[in-house]
Amino acid sequence: MDARNLENLLRPAEGETLVFDTNPVLNERLTHYCPGCLHGIAHRLVSETLHELGVAERTILVAAVGCATFTYDYFNVDGLEAPHGRACAVATGVRRARPEAVIFTYQGDGDMAAIGMAESLHAANRGERITSFFINNTVYGMTGGQMAPTTLLGQKTTTTHDGRRMDREGGPVHLAEMMAGLDGVAFAARCALDSVKHVREAKKAMRKAFEVQLEGLGFGFLELLSSCPTNWHMDPVAASKHIVEAMIPVFPLGVFKDKTADSPSVVQKEGVPHA
Amino acid sequence: MPEEYRDVIIAGFGGQGVMLIGNLLAQAGMEYGLEVSFIPVYGAEMRGGTANCTVVLDKHPIGSPLVREPLSTIILNEPSLDKFQPRLSHGGVQVVNASLINKSLVDSDKQTVFIPANDMAHELGNGKLVNMVALGAWLKATRALPLSVVQDALHRVVNVHYAKLIPVNARALEVGYNFA
Amino acid sequence: MNPVERILIKGNEAVAFGAVDAGCRCYFGYPITPQNEIPEALSQLLPERGGQFVQAESEVAAVNMLLGAAACGIPAMTSSSGCGISLMQEGISYMAGSHIPGVLVNMQRGGPGLGDIGPSQGDYFQAVKGGGHGDHRNLVLAPSTAQECYDFMFRAFALAFKYTNPVMVLGDAIVGQIKEPVRRVPPSDAVPGEELARLAAPWRMEGYGQRGAGAQPRLLKSVYLAEGALAERNQLLAEKYEAMRSECAWECVDVDDATLVVVAFGSIARIARSTIRRLRAEGHRVGLFRPVTLFPFPSEALRSLLPGRRFLVMEQNLGQMVEDVRQALFGMPHVTSDTVKWHGIMPGLFINADELREPMMQSLKEVR
Repeated sequence: MDARNLENLLRPAEGETLVFDTNPVLNERLTHYCPGCLHGIAHRLVSETLHELGVAERTILVAAVGCATFTYDYFNVDGLEAPHGRACAVATGVRRARPEAVIFTYQGDGDMAAIGMAESLHAANRGERITSFFINNTVYGMTGGQMAPTTLLGQKTTTTHDGRRMDREGGPVHLAEMMAGLDGVAFAARCALDSVKHVREAKKAMRKAFEVQLEGLGFGFLELLSSCPTNWHMDPVAASKHIVEAMIPVFPLGVFKDKTADSPSVVQKEGVPHA
Repeated sequence: MPEEYRDVIIAGFGGQGVMLIGNLLAQAGMEYGLEVSFIPVYGAEMRGGTANCTVVLDKHPIGSPLVREPLSTIILNEPSLDKFQPRLSHGGVQVVNASLINKSLVDSDKQTVFIPANDMAHELGNGKLVNMVALGAWLKATRALPLSVVQDALHRVVNVHYAKLIPVNARALEVGYNFA
Repeated sequence: MNPVERILIKGNEAVAFGAVDAGCRCYFGYPITPQNEIPEALSQLLPERGGQFVQAESEVAAVNMLLGAAACGIPAMTSSSGCGISLMQEGISYMAGSHIPGVLVNMQRGGPGLGDIGPSQGDYFQAVKGGGHGDHRNLVLAPSTAQECYDFMFRAFALAFKYTNPVMVLGDAIVGQIKEPVRRVPPSDAVPGEELARLAAPWRMEGYGQRGAGAQPRLLKSVYLAEGALAERNQLLAEKYEAMRSECAWECVDVDDATLVVVAFGSIARIARSTIRRLRAEGHRVGLFRPVTLFPFPSEALRSLLPGRRFLVMEQNLGQMVEDVRQALFGMPHVTSDTVKWHGIMPGLFINADELREPMMQSLKEVR
C-alpha cells in the first residue's frame, strides 16, 4: 500500500462519520518514525497544545538533530533546522530577533543532554522565553542504539555491551531536576508517554510549559519519558511497560518547578526523588 | 620621510598613563588636521606590566602604524629605556624620566630631554601627572603640535568622570613644556 | 573636504559603529582578545537602538544564536578571533547550507592553537576556502584601516542579504587595535534597512500568520536526504558562488610604471604601502595590489597587470594567499616560476615598514 492510499484511508469514506480527527497544526504526512515509537504521541500533544492556545500562526519551531530532525515535516508552522545540540542557542537568536513569536525546540536526549548540554542550560539560565521538549528514551535512536546521557545503569547499548557502569560511564543525567535548579527556568517537569493517564498529565504540563513563555515568565521545560522499541529490542507494549518499571524509578515524574502560581501540580509524583 | 611626518613610541609601566598620552597626542593631531594613528602594545597582563604605544602624525594617509626606529620616544621607566634607546633613529630625540632612570644609562650620543617627571608631578600635587609632564617636554622638543592644541584635546580624551582634573593636566603639560 | 567630523576610534569600535549604522540589530559573541572592543561597544549601542546584545556562553552558542536571528531576516552578527572562529565553523557551514545571511568578524590573532594575541593572517585559508564542512564559501572582506572597518560593515550586510550567505570581515590585531580618524557617514554602497528587509521577505522565519491568509509554513534547513536533492542544492550553491565574482574589489597603488607589484591585504598591505612610498622616493618602480575581497579573489584584475611585471606576495602567515595569486596567473603567457615570489611574516609579530624593505629590494634586483 503506498503512502497516498493510506492517507486517503484516513479520510472518511462516503457514509462514514468522522468522530476523531487530527488538528490543523499537525499535517497528515506519514512520519518516518519506527512502529511503536512515541514521538507520534508527543507530536500530537504539542500540535494540539499550539492549536488550543491559538498561537500556531506565530510559532517558530527549532528542530534538533537525531530522530527528531524531521519534526518540521509534520508541523504546520515555520520551521528552522539547528545543528546538533544547538537548538536552544538557535532559539535564543530567534527569540531576540522575533519578540512576538512563540518558539519551541524539540530535542532528543543525545541532542539536549550530551552535545547540547551547555547551550540548553545557558539558554534556560538566561530565562529565554522558549519552550523546550526533551524526549528521553535512554538511547541514541537515529544512529542505531548507542549509549545516551540518559542510558540507565546496566542498560546494554551498542557502545555499552555489558551494560552502562557507574564507574565507567557515570550515571544517567537528570535534566528536569537540573533545569529546575536554574533561576531562569519558570517551569520544569517530567512526564511519561506510556499510558493514557500519563499522556493526559503530559498534555497539561505541556500547556504550562508554553504558558510560562506566553506570560513572559521565563524558560519552559518538559521532559517526556519515551520508548525506543527498535533499539530496546522490545515490542511496543513491552516498551511502554519498561518505561514504568525501569525508567520511572530512576527518572521520577513530577513538576520540579512552576513559577505560574500556587495552583496544584498538574503531574502526580511517581518514583523516588533523585537526590 | 617628508618633514611633516612624525612618530613617537611612548613606553613605561602599565598604570603610568602611557596609553592616555598616546591617545591625547593622536586626538590633538587629528583635531589639528593631520592624519594620525595610535596603536597600543600590551604585555599579557592587564595591570602592572610594561606597556607601549606608537603614535604617527602625518599630512598623508598613514601606512605603517608601527616603526622600528622611531624619530622620538617618551621613556617613563628603565626597562623601556633598555628596549627603545638602541632603536631611536639617528638624529632622533628621547624624553627620559629622570625620576626613575639612572642618568648613567642614558646614551650621551642621543639627543635627550632628561626630565624628573615624577618629582615634577608630585610638586603639582598629583603623582599621576608623570605622563603629562613628559608629553609636555616632548611637545617642546619636537615642535610637533602647539601646546594649546594638546591642552584643548584633553576635553575629548579625559573621561567625563575626571573632568575636574583637566586643568591640572593642562598645567602639567605646560610645566613639562617649559622644562624642556 | 568632507564636512563630517572625524572621530578617533579603534578599528574594533569602527566595526561596532558601522554595524549599528548599517542596520545590525542583534549581536551574539564571546569575549576573546584582540576584538573585545566590538562586544563592549555593541553592548551599549544595540540596546540604545532597541537591538539585542547577548554575551553567549561560547562561540559555538554565539554562532548558532546568529543563525537563529539571521534566519528571521534581521541583520545580525558575531565577532571573534582565532580559536573562537574555529568553534564557529559548524554554524557557518549550516548557514551556508541553509542560505542564511550571517555576518562574522574575525580579528585574527596568532595561531595555531591558543597562539598569542598579536596580529596574524593565518586564518586566510579558513576564511576564503569555506572553513567548515562540506563545499561552502564565505564572502570575505579585508579592511586595512579603521575607516574601512566602518565602511565594510555596510557592505557585509548588503552582500549577506543579497546572496543569503555568510560574510566574513577578516581583520587582525593591528586593524582591530589601531586608532585612526573615522568619518561616521554611510559609504556610497550602503543599502538601507528597508531594502534588507525586502530581500529577506521571501524566506525569513516569522510565523506564517505574518504573511496573510492562506500562507504556507516555511522551512529553512540544510539536510537533503532524498536522492539527488543534495546534488541539486549544491548546484545552486555553485551558481551562487560563481555569481559572487561580480563583487570582486581591489586597490592598486603606483602600479602603472611598476616592474614589481607587491600583493598584500589587510594590515600588511598598509605597512607595505609605507615601504613602497620610501622606495618610490628612492626611484624604485614598485607598486601595490591590495585585494579587498579575498573571496571572490580579484583574479582578473591581477591578470590585467601581468605583461611586464613581477609579483611579490607579502602576508603574515606561512603561505596562503600566494596560492590564490599563483592560481590566478596559472597558464597565462610569459608566466614562469619566477613571476610570483613570496615573503612570509611570522604570525604574532608586530612588524613595521623597515622590515619589508629587504625582501622588496631583493625582488627588485631579481626583476632587473
